[in-house]
Amino acid sequence: MSETGINRVAQATPPRVARKIRGLSDRAIAWIFVAPTIFLLLAINIFPLIWTIRLSFTNFRANRPNADVKWLGLRNYERILSDPDIWITMQATAHFLFWTIFFQVLIGFALAWFINKKFKGSDLWTTIIVLPMMLSPAVVGNFWTFLYQPQIGLFNYAVSFFTGVDPTSFSMIGDVSLAPWSLVIVDTWMWTPFVMLICLAGLRSIPDTIYEAAECDRASKWRQFWTITIPMVLPFLMLAVLFRGIENFKMFDLVVQLTGGGPGSTTELTSVNLKREAFEKWRTGYASAYAIILFVTVFGLASIYVKALNKVKER
Amino acid sequence: MSGFSVTDPSKGQKWVAGVLVVLYAVITLLPLLWIVATGFKSSPDSIAYPPKVTFEPTVEGYVNLFTSQTRQTEEYLAENPPTTWYEEIVHDKGMVIAGPSRFGERFLNSVIIGFGSTFLSVFLGTLAAYAFSRYRIPLKDDLLFFILSTRMMPPIAVAIPIFLMFRSLGLSDTHAGMILLYTAVNLSLSVWLLKGFIDEIPREYEEAALIDGYTRFQAFYKVVLPQAATGIASTAIFCLIFAWNEYAFAVLLTSGTAQTAPPFIPTIIGVGGQDWPAVAAGATIFLLPVVVFTILLRKHLLRGITFGAVRK
Repeated sequence: MSETGINRVAQATPPRVARKIRGLSDRAIAWIFVAPTIFLLLAINIFPLIWTIRLSFTNFRANRPNADVKWLGLRNYERILSDPDIWITMQATAHFLFWTIFFQVLIGFALAWFINKKFKGSDLWTTIIVLPMMLSPAVVGNFWTFLYQPQIGLFNYAVSFFTGVDPTSFSMIGDVSLAPWSLVIVDTWMWTPFVMLICLAGLRSIPDTIYEAAECDRASKWRQFWTITIPMVLPFLMLAVLFRGIENFKMFDLVVQLTGGGPGSTTELTSVNLKREAFEKWRTGYASAYAIILFVTVFGLASIYVKALNKVKER
Repeated sequence: MSGFSVTDPSKGQKWVAGVLVVLYAVITLLPLLWIVATGFKSSPDSIAYPPKVTFEPTVEGYVNLFTSQTRQTEEYLAENPPTTWYEEIVHDKGMVIAGPSRFGERFLNSVIIGFGSTFLSVFLGTLAAYAFSRYRIPLKDDLLFFILSTRMMPPIAVAIPIFLMFRSLGLSDTHAGMILLYTAVNLSLSVWLLKGFIDEIPREYEEAALIDGYTRFQAFYKVVLPQAATGIASTAIFCLIFAWNEYAFAVLLTSGTAQTAPPFIPTIIGVGGQDWPAVAAGATIFLLPVVVFTILLRKHLLRGITFGAVRK
């Protein structure tokens, strides 16, 4: 803003407001407290996002900052949406999302159900179970490549111990059909406790009196489970799925360390694919359009989902 | 527990549930125990078939992790006998220590960036959360949702312009740049969690303080802050764990000076491929603080991972 502009604003500020700032009115305190947060988020999230949108209409390449930048309009978007390779990537992401959420909900709910029986030491074991999800996915993912080694890996050895299959006959990471499952296994191992914790909170939120009433009405345990437990836990479960869905759509560190997108591009999830376009091929404009499409997808799906979640909660 | 209730699980049910949960816990813990064990194995033991459960422990992996080594001729080794226990370990393999490895620096970077960003995001987050909790702010719900939505963006999606922005501001590969970035990423968590904690402190306390002649500001830091101490501490630990574990931004925006441990540990290589005992040793040192923090946090865990959406 120019100097005259600042002066004009200063003159336009009524004396009442100026006095209040000096005396720190409630409203002034509120804004002083909130402003740094909003400012930082605008600078590091919104400004880059707007920049990404602008870049997405160009053929800019970050490794050649001095080259001519051409305005392409919507051409980047057209190319991405008609590119069959991107759809393969999307399919890999969908496979990963579906199966990780499926297993995590199944195992997570079962675990919560058992922990809720309040056996001796259940708190201690809960803390132990929770550990994997708190650890660095990159560091742990890297170590899993060691566990997955055909000759010396603990995972292959354990599988062969229980099934009798030769441990050197399969390679979780190297095999085209197994690699997607290697991701599902590690992600499920890491994040099942997350679903478990949320389900546990759901189960504990159901008052005992409801079950007692059902017991008086001679409802079978099976019926109690489907008409009391499931509906009351459902909002919690849906929240867990929302979190896991958003996180796994963004999934990057684990995949990069575990499979690196390979073999070929069988496990190249969208984030990994995007990183390749942006930071290896340096097609910055194209990658920006790609990023916007992903962001709109996550945001759109999440908004629809939250609406559904609120409906379930109201019931 | 009071009295008998029809809803109490029977002894048999408890027993079955306990066995299943313990079984799962043991299986889930195996990969982590394997990391710790591998860190104390010798190179041949670490890649033995079948995998070795019992072995002679050695700190070779830890020595390899902290030092960089070069191979030397027989004559040189004979002329320069080892003087310390760790030189002896290296000496036995026909190597000498050339100097410290990069691991120390990278670990220190993790500490600086982790604590720096945690301090900033908790500081800013506490102020914002207090204002959101106590004052009428126009568009409050929209602002809060905006803050939360910043977390939905895939890091790679904003990484491109942040990369360009940092390059032109001279912030790429600096501690300050990474601290600012992680602060911004953590703010959503910190504001949401802290708002929940501050909401739970009764307003009457501050009102009483105001009547006693405190200013708004004094009431904030003499009454509200001490009451929110537990909440602030657990929020800080969550922010620290996030910054500690973060990989995507670290690998894209840092290369030398400000690189943290997560992108570094997987690149530890020895002679002929990855030096698994050294990698495991690095992982053990790196993961251990988080394990301790998780145990400290266990009561607030659920709240933290759901941004305060589920409270127990």
